[in-house]
Amino acid sequence: MNLIEIPKRLPFQRRLSLAEHTLTAFISLAVMVTVWHGVTQIWRLPPFILPSPALVWERFLRVLGDGSLLRHSAYTLFEVLCGLSLGVLTATLLGYLLAKSHWFERLLSPYIVASQSIPIVAIAPLLVIWFGPGVFSKILICALIVFFPVLVNTVVGLHSVPEELTDLMRSLKADRWQTVRFLEIPAALPVFLGGLRIGATLSVIGAVVGEFVGADRGLGFLINVARGRYDTPLVFVAVFTLIAMALLLYTSVLALEKRLLAWRQPQEEPHSIP
Amino acid sequence: MAKSPPEVIPTSKAKATETEEARVAIEVRNLSVTFRNGNGGLRAIQGISFCIREREFVCVLGPSGSGKSTLLRVLAGLLTPTQGEVYFYGEPLKEPRREIGLVFQKANLMPWRTALQNIVLPLELQNVPKAEARRRAMELIELVGLHGFEDTLPRDLSGGMAQRVAIARALVHDPQVLLLDEPFGGLDALTRERMGDELLRIWQARRKTVVMVTHSIPEAIYLSDRVLVFTPRPGRLRLDLPIYLPRPRTEEIRYSPAFGELARRLRAEIG
Repeated sequence: MNLIEIPKRLPFQRRLSLAEHTLTAFISLAVMVTVWHGVTQIWRLPPFILPSPALVWERFLRVLGDGSLLRHSAYTLFEVLCGLSLGVLTATLLGYLLAKSHWFERLLSPYIVASQSIPIVAIAPLLVIWFGPGVFSKILICALIVFFPVLVNTVVGLHSVPEELTDLMRSLKADRWQTVRFLEIPAALPVFLGGLRIGATLSVIGAVVGEFVGADRGLGFLINVARGRYDTPLVFVAVFTLIAMALLLYTSVLALEKRLLAWRQPQEEPHSIP
Repeated sequence: MAKSPPEVIPTSKAKATETEEARVAIEVRNLSVTFRNGNGGLRAIQGISFCIREREFVCVLGPSGSGKSTLLRVLAGLLTPTQGEVYFYGEPLKEPRREIGLVFQKANLMPWRTALQNIVLPLELQNVPKAEARRRAMELIELVGLHGFEDTLPRDLSGGMAQRVAIARALVHDPQVLLLDEPFGGLDALTRERMGDELLRIWQARRKTVVMVTHSIPEAIYLSDRVLVFTPRPGRLRLDLPIYLPRPRTEEIRYSPAFGELARRLRAEIG
């Protein structure tokens, strides 16, 4: 080879170091807590309207100490994880069928779209009546709310598979399973994971809605009880725990994306030309 | 290839008969393709017949929209013709075959696979043992001159390099026939000429039958044994022109009077 063309190089972007990330997050948190504290001090609001951060922190330590916070959180997390898995599994399988069969799509899509016009809070009581106040009805509500974004992104992801690569697989006589494994899964993955990211955060909402309607455990139940007792600091504790849970799920999906979609990310260093 | 100059132009009678007896690799009989659309259908190809012999290098030339790519898709078994038949070594061609390798207009690589992983793909689909597949892919990496770029992702390859990977991928499972659909269309003129030389070298080393679609007249003359000229839509076969230029072909040949004469003739036919 006498001459090799120079590869395209991506614009080199400096990335924030871990220390810089942590510092930024810390500063924004500190600002928020200070403002919050200031508001409660200036307007002298009673704690059942807006408790001060110190009061919430104190309440947090108490429910953490007696183990009730962990118990309720574990219960909700269990519902969320089961519901998310169930929703993702059914949505992916059905999404594949919808993407592959026009007949199937025409048959089912009106129902699927119609089901999305009903707010989840409207069907949640029905599901609790049908499946009882136990864990199963919560898992179902969770799965239902996760279902749609994952389904839509599965279908869009599969439609985004380049036609020419499908032709390539055909010309190489790949069978159905090989096409799924070598082409469709990796090609649809970026869009699919986008749907999963949305689904993961929504799943927390699903579980809480279910617990609001009827339950004797979980963070949603905790909020309900605390609200009834005007224990606003406990409401705050439960809400922050839910936020933490949603963030945890979201960042897990992000980490998964980073691992699986390494081929799409800009390179850390400029490519050297041998 | 043996270094015997007489082989270039068959002079002795024995040689002549041997050339005549070269097996027919692809036979196309009265082929028509019509695409369905609103008003009665779009005729892409109409009534084409020709033969391609083993180890022949044939270029298909014609203005855009003359059904060249459609023809190639039919030869690859990806498209069922509306009328007529295609035979592959005497057998009717009904579906894609592993003996036929295909190179697309764009490199058409899987962006999540490295150069080597892209080249290995056809072997992976045939469940060839990993070590053996890797060995054969590395051989092709060398052949197409991509040594050192095995682990590079397609996004970091230039257009020419990506197309080399695509050619290596089409060759790795050792098909008898190689179909190329304007493989160098997206490249600049200089890279394009260099890639043409590379392709000739590979063709000579691997002894394949090649059918290549192009709209460049000099490229068609420089590379092929025969040029098939298509008319504008619907594509009909206008001319089947043998190119008797000696091989191996070098840069010099582009400036020879014979080359110029062929180019003028083809230009006039395309209209």
